[in-house]
Order: sequence, then structure tokens, then C-alpha cells
Amino acid sequence: MSAFSKISRNFEAFLIEIGELSYFAGNFFKELFKTPFEGKELLRQCYNMGNRSLLLVGVTGFIIGLVFDLQSRPTLQEFGAVSWMPSMISISIIREIGPIITSLICAGRIGSGIGAELGSMRVTEQIDAMDVSGTNPFKYLVVTRILATTLMLPLLVLFGDAIALYGSFLVENLKGNVSFQLYFNQVFEALKFSDLVPATIKSFFFGFAIGLVGCYKGYYCKKGTAGVGLAANSAVVYTSMLLFIIDFVAVFVTDIFYHE
Amino acid sequence: MMTTTSNTPIIEIRNLKKSYGSNCVLDGFNLTLKEGENLVVMGKSGSGKSVMIKCLIGLEQADSGSITVMGKDVMALEKDELDDLRTEIGFLFQGSALYDSMSVRENLEFPLRRHTKKFGIIEDTTPLVMEALKNVGLESAVDLMPSELSGGMKRRVALARTLILKPKIILYDEPTTGLDPITSKEIILLMQSIQKEYKTSSIIITHDVDCARVIANKMILLVDGINYAEGTFKELSESKDPKVAAFFK
Repeated sequence: MSAFSKISRNFEAFLIEIGELSYFAGNFFKELFKTPFEGKELLRQCYNMGNRSLLLVGVTGFIIGLVFDLQSRPTLQEFGAVSWMPSMISISIIREIGPIITSLICAGRIGSGIGAELGSMRVTEQIDAMDVSGTNPFKYLVVTRILATTLMLPLLVLFGDAIALYGSFLVENLKGNVSFQLYFNQVFEALKFSDLVPATIKSFFFGFAIGLVGCYKGYYCKKGTAGVGLAANSAVVYTSMLLFIIDFVAVFVTDIFYHE
Repeated sequence: MMTTTSNTPIIEIRNLKKSYGSNCVLDGFNLTLKEGENLVVMGKSGSGKSVMIKCLIGLEQADSGSITVMGKDVMALEKDELDDLRTEIGFLFQGSALYDSMSVRENLEFPLRRHTKKFGIIEDTTPLVMEALKNVGLESAVDLMPSELSGGMKRRVALARTLILKPKIILYDEPTTGLDPITSKEIILLMQSIQKEYKTSSIIITHDVDCARVIANKMILLVDGINYAEGTFKELSESKDPKVAAFFK
């Protein structure tokens, strides 16, 4: 097989995958408003994805805030601009670092978890068992999970942002003797509505992407137990790629609406 | 096995064909199941037995042919109509396919709570759950998780989950595979007693000759994608055809 035909086959497979993923997303919206609403399962998934990610998101956010401040401090010091630190950190974290880092962490934890869970349910015929009992596995397994990630991720991002800012405050407090009140006054003075809203909106899309890709990879998992590993792995890889694409589009759109 | 069967066909499969790429699995398979009958389908591994019952329940799409279940053309049904029909058909999976994140009780409640059209809204499912578990002799396992059950217990719980919807037809996909001989015998006896109590019609996919001997009213040998031989257990077990005799050695 020539290199050209290999590339063209891979490209064709990629386009088919995009098509199938879009169809899967379409099914999500079609099923979203159908009864039964599976509220109990939705709450269970929100708890699993939200509450159980708090520690990971919190620790990561804290370290990011801490390290970000420590790394930026010497440069700002050179220009005598250390007082700008809270503003710089808050804008960077709220607009970009918080949402993207939290989403990448959740893609690893939640996306791979969904891929592996649904994948193993597929290969052990549990999804088929739901299907043959005349129930709707898509509604129960997929809709609830995508909805849970979409709802929980913005909350996790806000939580991660707050912890990251606190991490940065600790450095400022230890190194610059800046008080809590002064630090956060500067933070809120620097932040605008146009910083928080687009970041929160894009977090919804990030959450949707994590749930969608994880569910898609797991729901259509093939090739036995090896397929489960592959589903979990490709869920993370595809989601990470998708997160950056969404981020690029979100920044582009935000720039048009708010800054031009 | 002595059971009361009527002449009304409850399932009819005609000229069923199914291929995966160039691999032809079913090449014009036919089957008729009458009410109250236990039909055993035997065949080598990979001969298309499981594919056949998956086409029958709508889990796989056949390439051509017709499948009629209780007078309805399965291949022409809309998703909602198919789901309604599926409440009349129980399916016992080879690996039991219990939902491993749910307890035994939740496994049984799961289909029950979602079929409000057939059962209405059930406030307290406990009596129905306990009745189904009593029929398989596992009332004590109601609050256990699937990971705490043995292979035989899992098979029984899966059977209870099937029975809770009070199906008219039960499809068994290798019900005794992977079980020790004593547990296999228990499962076969359980299938018999369920058939008597619930007056179900069954298609049983199996390699287990003992299971076929005990339970079959009629048997089909599936070879090369077609009904190679049909008859009662006695007729087939006495056949001189080497391909048929090979199953009974």
C-alpha cells in the first residue's frame, strides 16, 4: 500500500469517526427531552464526577497557583511590577489556565473512567441486556453522563480557580507580606464580567466534550477486553485534542464579541 | 420432556441471511417455534447460533429474510414498537450480563421501573422482586452485589431478571456454559420448572447434550449457516449422518 493511499484511508476513517460522533451528539439531544428523565442516575453521576474530582482538582489548582506565582514573580520584580501580580494571575487563571487545566485533568479522570466503564459494560453484554429488556441504555447511560459532565465541569473549574488563586495568595503573603483582603481586592478589581462569562460558557462545552467522547468511545467499544483499554485511552486522547480546538474557537469568538 | 405445546407458531424465521464482510454466518436459516415449545439449537462454535438469536431480538440486523415474533415483523418495527415487543421476550445471556454497579434488587427493579406501559407505576417493587428471586431460589441474595455471587448464582439472578417482566418467550444463550455439572443440572431443572410455571416458549442455544436431552421438544442442528438437521432429540441422536452424530459422541 502506498503512503498516499494509507493517508487517504486514515483521513477517511477520521471523517467517518467525526460523522459518527456528530450523529451520537445528535442522538443525545434527541433523547435529552424524552421521558424517563433518570434523575436519580443523573444525581449519582454528578456526585461521582463532581464531588469525587474535588480533591484532584483542588490539589492541582493549588499547585498551579503556587507555581505560577513563584515562576512569574522574579520577572515582574525585575520591572518593579510585583504589585500587578494578583491582577495578572487572576486574569490568566480565570480566562485560560483554570478552565483548560481542570478540563484536561477531568478528561483524564472522568473521560477515561466513562470510556472504560461503558466499554466494559459493552463487552460483558450489559448494554445489550438493557436493550433486550426494552429499556433505553442510551438514555440511562449516555444522556446522564454527558449531562453530568456538562453541569459539573463549570463548577469544578470555578472551584479549581478559587483554589489556584488561594495558592497564589499564599506565595504573595509569604514573599510580599500581602494581606488576604488586599490580594483579593486586587483580584476582583482586575476581573471583569467579560473574563468570567466566556470562561464559564466554554467550561460547559469542555464538559460536554469530555462526556460525549468518553461515552462514544465506551458505548461503541469493540474487540473484547483489549477494546476497553483502547476505549479509555482514545477517550482521553480525542477529548484532549477536542478541548484545545474548542478553546481556540472560544477564544476567537470571545475576542470578536468582547475585545473588538 | 412432556410439555403442552400448541400448533400456533410464536416465532417464525424464514431464509435468514447474515454475513460479516466475506464471512457468511447464516445462509438461509429457517425456524418455527410453537407456543409452549422448547426448541434447542445446536451447532459448532462460530456457526451463527448467537447471531441468529441476536437477529431475532433485534440486537443485530439481518441482511435478508424475515423474522416474525408473535405476528410482528421484527425487521420492520420502529424502536418503540420493538421495545414493547421485547418486554414479551426474555433473554438469558451466556455471561449473565448482570449490571455490576447495581445490587441484585436494583438489577431486577431496573426493567420493572421502566416499563410503566406494561406494569404501570409500581411504588413498591419488593413483592415482585422477591417473587422472581423465590422462583430461582435466591431470596437471600437480594441485597448482594453481582461481584459477590458465584457463576451459578449470577445465572439464576439473570433468569430472575428475565422473569420479572413475565415474558411469553425466553431465549437462552448457552445457559450452562462455564458451570460445573451439578450447577448445570440445577439450571436445567430451573429452566424446566420456569417453563411449567410461566408457560413460556423457549429457544435454547447450547452445546450441552445433557441439557438438550432433558429440555428439548425439538432440535435444530445449525451447520454452515443452514438447518442441517431437525427433529426430536431421539431422532437426531440416532442419526447415522456423521455430521449429526458428531454432536452426540
